[in-house]
Amino acid sequence: MTLQSITATSSDGTLLKPGFADPVFDAQAVFRAALLATAYPGRVIPLDRSFVAPRPFSPATAALCLTLMDFETPAWLDRQTASSEASAWLRFHCGLPLIEETATARFAVVTDALNMPRLFEFHSGEIEYPDRSTTLLIQVKSFTEGPVTTWSGPGIKDNTTGAIDGLPFWFWSDWDLNSEFYPRGIDVIFSCGNALMGLPRTIKVEA
Amino acid sequence: MTTTAAQVHKEDGYNFAYLDEQTKRMIRRSLLKALSIPGYQVPFGGREMPLAYGWGTGGIQVTASVIGPDDVLKVIDQGADDTTNAVSIRRFFQTVCDVSVTESTAEATVVQTRHRVPETPLKEGQVLVYQVPRPEPLSRMEPRETETRKMHAYAEYGAMQVTLYEDVAHFGRIAKTYDYPAIVNGRHLMSPSPIPKFDNPKMENNPAIQLFGAGREKRIYAVPPYTSVRSLDFDDHPFEVQTWKGSCALCGSTTSYLDEMITDDRGSRMFVCSDTDFCNTRQAEAASAPDDKAAGEDA
Repeated sequence: MTLQSITATSSDGTLLKPGFADPVFDAQAVFRAALLATAYPGRVIPLDRSFVAPRPFSPATAALCLTLMDFETPAWLDRQTASSEASAWLRFHCGLPLIEETATARFAVVTDALNMPRLFEFHSGEIEYPDRSTTLLIQVKSFTEGPVTTWSGPGIKDNTTGAIDGLPFWFWSDWDLNSEFYPRGIDVIFSCGNALMGLPRTIKVEA
Repeated sequence: MTTTAAQVHKEDGYNFAYLDEQTKRMIRRSLLKALSIPGYQVPFGGREMPLAYGWGTGGIQVTASVIGPDDVLKVIDQGADDTTNAVSIRRFFQTVCDVSVTESTAEATVVQTRHRVPETPLKEGQVLVYQVPRPEPLSRMEPRETETRKMHAYAEYGAMQVTLYEDVAHFGRIAKTYDYPAIVNGRHLMSPSPIPKFDNPKMENNPAIQLFGAGREKRIYAVPPYTSVRSLDFDDHPFEVQTWKGSCALCGSTTSYLDEMITDDRGSRMFVCSDTDFCNTRQAEAASAPDDKAAGEDA
């Protein structure tokens, strides 16, 4: 069984890029990285797997999508992602139902963070089922060269600093509002190159 | 190039770690949400496992979704590596994912446990998976899930406090000794699974990732590393753990959780560590230490 040999074309005839070389072990390795990223927020968690990602995805963004998404998770894509080859790639490899509404999405994929919707436009879960909220995957330019912020909360011993580059100016003030809803609220996993950084709803960030 | 799952498991007809990939994805999504809301019980589509409910089906599904070919697995049942439940679960994972196993807490990357937290402190990156029979701490007071959901939603935990107070009124102390309720991250009331209350303080600010799986009730919850876990108590009846007058009869430990063993039919008994790895390690150290000491005295 060699899944590498499967090829497929999108509706406009271009060749789709393959998914994981090994769907079982690659997904497991990427999930462990996502688990570490969520458990230890603010740390840069590198992936030890790599493959050719469809534009405009970085390898980490693409790997995370393959690992977490399937036909059960309605997903919203930002305009840059929806209008690129990544959209057809996600539909083929994840069987992903793509939706227009941010407010009902289980996942939202953002590659153009500067033009993303405000955080309160996503689903923050229900009071009795706060786990039904949107998980945002945001691809950013850098984990080290942006404005320095101080993070604290579960998973962080005392506090830590993050320096995520390429977020809109309102992001951290919106994040403050997000924590007001707790236990409701959205969760974020940032990706950059071939690494992940988690930002669950419990984390307080001081800009 | 690593070997592929298909190559490893060509013969036996199971996917790596038994569960199919869609099930693993669903459980993995639940695990991430569980870590994002510490102590909140995330419902998940629990699958039927080749073990009966009550034998750790929830923990097994969590472990199966987390474990990879490079992991080292330790399974304990009441602290022991060699009891029925631990042996059968360890054998299950050896069969379905060829994973290496260990009895050493320090060497393990994934520890599945029934009703104990290992005595050896855990490290960052280690995953501790608890088997949970009854995930809902409020179910004894309020059997309706529609109601307990609301109680969690609005942090209405007075009923739990009243139950503990009834103990104080009847017995003069909080009589609960295991499955002792705790508030996680200052918000959610959580059942720590039937671990002795002795282990509750170990859950707080633990560097490892603690995941809880309840197979029958189909709930997953988690305590992230470095998270507050406050055992419920009263100002005039503070939370206390069990203590023993003696020490372990085998290794002499005065700090570990001791089990009472009946040694004959005339009532003789001894107390030994419930954590076999901890006890064996200390015995091995003690066996080599007296020689050093003797050598030191000679010189």
